[in-house]
Amino acid sequence: MKDHLRHLKDEDVLLLLNDLLEQYGYDFTDYSFASVKRRLQRVYIADRFPSFAEFRYRVKTDPGYLVHLMEQITVNVTEMFRDPGFFQELRRQVLPILATYPLIRIWHAGCSSGEEAYSVAILLHELNLLHKSIIYATDINESVLETARKGIFPLQYMQQYSQNYLLSGGKEEFSRYYAANYEHAKFSDTLREKIIFAVHNLVTDRSFNEFQLIICRNVLIYFNKDLQDKVLHLFSDSLEQLGFLALGAKETLRFTTVAPLFKPVAQKEKIWRKMTQ
Amino acid sequence: MKSLPTLLVIGGSAGSLEVLMQLLPELKMDWPLAMIIVLHRKADSETLLSDLLSTKTCLCVKEAEEKDILLAGCIYVAPADYHLLIEPDGSLTLDASEKVHYSRPSIDVTFISAAEACGDRLYCLLLSGANMDGAEGLQIVHELGGFTAVQDPETAEASFMPKCAISTAKVDKVLNIREMIDFVRDLKE
Ligand SMILES: C[S@@+](CC[C@H](N)C(=O)[O-])C[C@H]1O[C@@H](n2cnc3c(N)ncnc32)[C@H](O)[C@@H]1O
Repeated sequence: MKDHLRHLKDEDVLLLLNDLLEQYGYDFTDYSFASVKRRLQRVYIADRFPSFAEFRYRVKTDPGYLVHLMEQITVNVTEMFRDPGFFQELRRQVLPILATYPLIRIWHAGCSSGEEAYSVAILLHELNLLHKSIIYATDINESVLETARKGIFPLQYMQQYSQNYLLSGGKEEFSRYYAANYEHAKFSDTLREKIIFAVHNLVTDRSFNEFQLIICRNVLIYFNKDLQDKVLHLFSDSLEQLGFLALGAKETLRFTTVAPLFKPVAQKEKIWRKMTQ
Repeated sequence: MKSLPTLLVIGGSAGSLEVLMQLLPELKMDWPLAMIIVLHRKADSETLLSDLLSTKTCLCVKEAEEKDILLAGCIYVAPADYHLLIEPDGSLTLDASEKVHYSRPSIDVTFISAAEACGDRLYCLLLSGANMDGAEGLQIVHELGGFTAVQDPETAEASFMPKCAISTAKVDKVLNIREMIDFVRDLKE
């Protein structure tokens, strides 16, 4: 119970962030400080380091530990059809327009273990667009991407996901999209084949294609204002004219420098359309 | 660094809304602190809570948004399904990470983050509830120099949460409802 007496100080956090940058090239210095500090504090206590010095030493000398630390710093919580209203708007307002293109390219940035990307694949499938679509789903974390590539998720969540799916306007039996065994649901290859999972770091990596839709939800909330702006410019540069940008429920383009380039399509569901260059 | 307003964070769960509805009308226009309210509720509840609370006070009440800056005389309500953190510069951050004590927003998360950002320019008040949330946070608030107060379990509709805090954290004051109102109303910058 005395665990919480062991605080990381702000200086400790800055030292660690600097190590991660210098040694491994991972730049968390423009992440929201309170959030990163809280994550580091959690690992520090959970992994029972006797002192900050030992924590720091481990990070600096053990690349295996780094993988674990990365997973812990970034928040990977996700769901299928999270915020059903959002998926309803995608289905109603966005995908019918994308249907007019011969090839649909979607970038799903910060996809975590893939639940959202599979959700979008299901929508595309139901609108009979999946065969001409490619979803590039990227994340900074290789380990969540491995889960995503398998397309296997705990069976216990399927009830919730099925409910979300129905709320988003889904009309099918949700269970037709996966094969269930004792503990797991394995999503169908038809969906999986259309999603390319790859590592991409929004802080340091560049644009790699042009898209008609970019989905980046619940990632920008972990960034400070400067980094948000920078990443939004990356998105803007990676969108075709009239392409769509979708953010998370609590994220906005308001007060950002890309705001003039976009027009809201669904305010509440956080979907914008790129209007000028 | 810009100076943050002194901050009051109120955390509550079952049975705490009624207390807030009595407390808020007593605060005057020139109440000099910033206030954050963290209440447990269902994940899908809409912004109703801030609307409801704003009918009870002349202070400005808003649901906390990403990067809002804490201002004196304003009340920020943690949105459903997000943790609320305070940055060293007094701006707010929302966080969708794992639930804590089965709760998001969690009171512990905001108490601890407030303690780190505000140090001794912080008051934390824990109300009625049937959950362990808040106790650990209060202890850390205390360790970092903030002031801790808890609703008297005798007066709480659900006494578990205040009791838990009193038994595990260093609590500066245990207050009944009338005392809580006086305490909050008379807080000084
Ligand atoms: C909370 S999850 C969001 C998952 C999903 N989009 C959703 O809304 O449910 C945030 C994801 O962003 C990823 N992330 C964080 N920093 C990143 C960066 N610099 N580049 C790419 N992805 C990043 C994390 O690894 C994590 O998987």
